[in-house]
Amino acid sequence: MTKNKLWISGVAAPVLIATMLLALSSRVTANAEPSAPAAAVKIDNFVFGPQTITVPVGTTVTWTNVDDIPHTAVSTDGVFKSKVMDTDEKFSYTFTKAGTYSYYCSVHPKMTGKVVVQ
Amino acid sequence: MPDKKQDLIDQKLQDLNNDGVDRRGFLKCMAWAGTGLVWTMSGGIPVSRAFAKGYGKDAGKGADFTFVQISDSHIGFNKPANPDVTATLQTAINKINAMPHKPDFIIHTGDLSQLSKPSEFDTLDQVLKGASAKQIFFVPGEHDMLTDNGEQYLQRYGKGTKGTGWSSFDHKGVHFVGLVNVANLKAGGMGSLGNEQLEWLENDLKGRSASTPIVLFAHIPLWTIYPDWGWGTDDSEQALSYVKRFGSVTVLNGHIHQIMQKVEGKVSFHTAMSTAFPQPAPGTAPSAGPMKVPADQLQRVLGITDVNYVVSGRSLAVVDSPLGS
Repeated sequence: MTKNKLWISGVAAPVLIATMLLALSSRVTANAEPSAPAAAVKIDNFVFGPQTITVPVGTTVTWTNVDDIPHTAVSTDGVFKSKVMDTDEKFSYTFTKAGTYSYYCSVHPKMTGKVVVQ
Repeated sequence: MPDKKQDLIDQKLQDLNNDGVDRRGFLKCMAWAGTGLVWTMSGGIPVSRAFAKGYGKDAGKGADFTFVQISDSHIGFNKPANPDVTATLQTAINKINAMPHKPDFIIHTGDLSQLSKPSEFDTLDQVLKGASAKQIFFVPGEHDMLTDNGEQYLQRYGKGTKGTGWSSFDHKGVHFVGLVNVANLKAGGMGSLGNEQLEWLENDLKGRSASTPIVLFAHIPLWTIYPDWGWGTDDSEQALSYVKRFGSVTVLNGHIHQIMQKVEGKVSFHTAMSTAFPQPAPGTAPSAGPMKVPADQLQRVLGITDVNYVVSGRSLAVVDSPLGS
């Protein structure tokens, strides 16, 4: 039993150190970039939800397709263009400039959405 | 249920009689389109008087030629609405091969694949190879142009076509035109043909006798069925204006995975069932996504469309038949 306990603590110590290091490094990153904001758009039933999403500059927006049919998210001004997202596939884009970005699904163009970056 | 269906058929025929077209003129123009049209609005077992009278061993009898339309095979789709779309396409091909009158050719109205993958096209080719009709004409669906602006589709299925894959050909006095309305789609819009193709179509039809029967085929319907789901083509009016002077025009489409028919003047519109999975009737579901039906019902909502043309009687019969009967 004692031997076993020792083995656990032997593993636990490096794990603990690693965790502390991780915490430290993430804090450093957080300080350099006060917010690394993220936002999500779900593609469900041939609809981008939310249809209009308002986010701060620097936000990474991730689209996830939960439909049984493939979709895309393509900026009408050519700013971004996803690959084809099959079921449960994702696409991310980081918005570094303020503005209103209209986009649509190039496969089903009736599907439209907007990202407002402030 | 049967009564409801009959009501629907009667209502459709009544609509047809009240459309403001002089009956004699209508019959004259419609001679080729004939009376064999199937007046069924949605999936399920389609009924037509011609079909009910004697489809089976007499089907196609007396026809000068027959061709078959198949659509929306979606090879690569594997979701609950149909985990084995290759098998149902195979069933469709078996059904075609068992037809008492061998069709002269097959038209595939697009969405051959689910994701435009080479492996999906390979599988499709393997299955189609087994068809008794060796000639197959294709138009692309939006699923066939997902990755490379349709380059691969064109290489495989669009040899000798123009632009994004449009073309025309003549067969035993009938002029066939395959159109592409799934390329360069605009945000907020529906299907689109584009100016270049419209110009080509105008020229293609120019100089042809008005008595030439015309068959137009394209993936997305060339008539507006349900704009909310994008079931229509933004510039189809323009295309249809070029066929107005012809006495008989038949428009064959896919995309909506169910049968819909409409007659407008001399033009009869028809959409085919899918060989892969059904889609809901317009507005009856939150979206146009694949519809799951009980496994034993699936083959009743998938099918093929068989078109018979009789030169002497100038009649055309469009007969839809489900895979399972």
